[in-house]
Amino acid sequence: MSQLQIVRAAVRRPFMRRRKSCPLSGNNAPDIDYKDVKLLSRFISERGKIVPSRITAISAKKQRELACAVKRARNIALLPFVIS
Amino acid sequence: MTYYESVFIARQDVSSAHVEHLTNQFAEVVVALGGKIKKREYWGLRTLAYKVNKNRKGHYVLFNLDASFKAVNEMERLMRLNEDVLRYMTIKIKRLEENPSIMMCAKSNRDRSRGERREREYFSKRDT
Repeated sequence: MSQLQIVRAAVRRPFMRRRKSCPLSGNNAPDIDYKDVKLLSRFISERGKIVPSRITAISAKKQRELACAVKRARNIALLPFVIS
Repeated sequence: MTYYESVFIARQDVSSAHVEHLTNQFAEVVVALGGKIKKREYWGLRTLAYKVNKNRKGHYVLFNLDASFKAVNEMERLMRLNEDVLRYMTIKIKRLEENPSIMMCAKSNRDRSRGERREREYFSKRDT
């Protein structure tokens, strides 16, 4: 029983206070392009994986476009699949 | 007609003059089949993010096409048959942008910082 209380207590305090705004939407945001390696590499981890949107606070729509662009860039060897 | 953007990578031990010959060859095929080449860019010899069949570097070429699928199919077939072409990717895009792609202006403002360079820099002796 006690294990359950602990879980409920953790959920009540939301982890993220400030609602971060999406860096890619908005009017002066750069548009997502698979050739723009500098922009894409901001959103991949140091192992080369795509960072989840709950960490980079990107809107779901932009995250889908970003994932598609990263996969295209990986296909033509602009971005690595894995950084060992 | 529909807009396409096609990138292909040529092997590293192919001279850039030969790469230009390849691009002309693909361009002719598209034009012959009623397509139009809106933009052609040569990004130069770039290091690849990973080895593509034993090559570490590759010549990148970008095409912006306004063509029918028949022209694009034929171009892709030629790219598939040609051994100098390591990899190619053709995608459908909604609208063509006229100004040079990020690859080019990234390179040009890097050049500007190191002093003025002539425009026809792509096929200079620097690459061969």
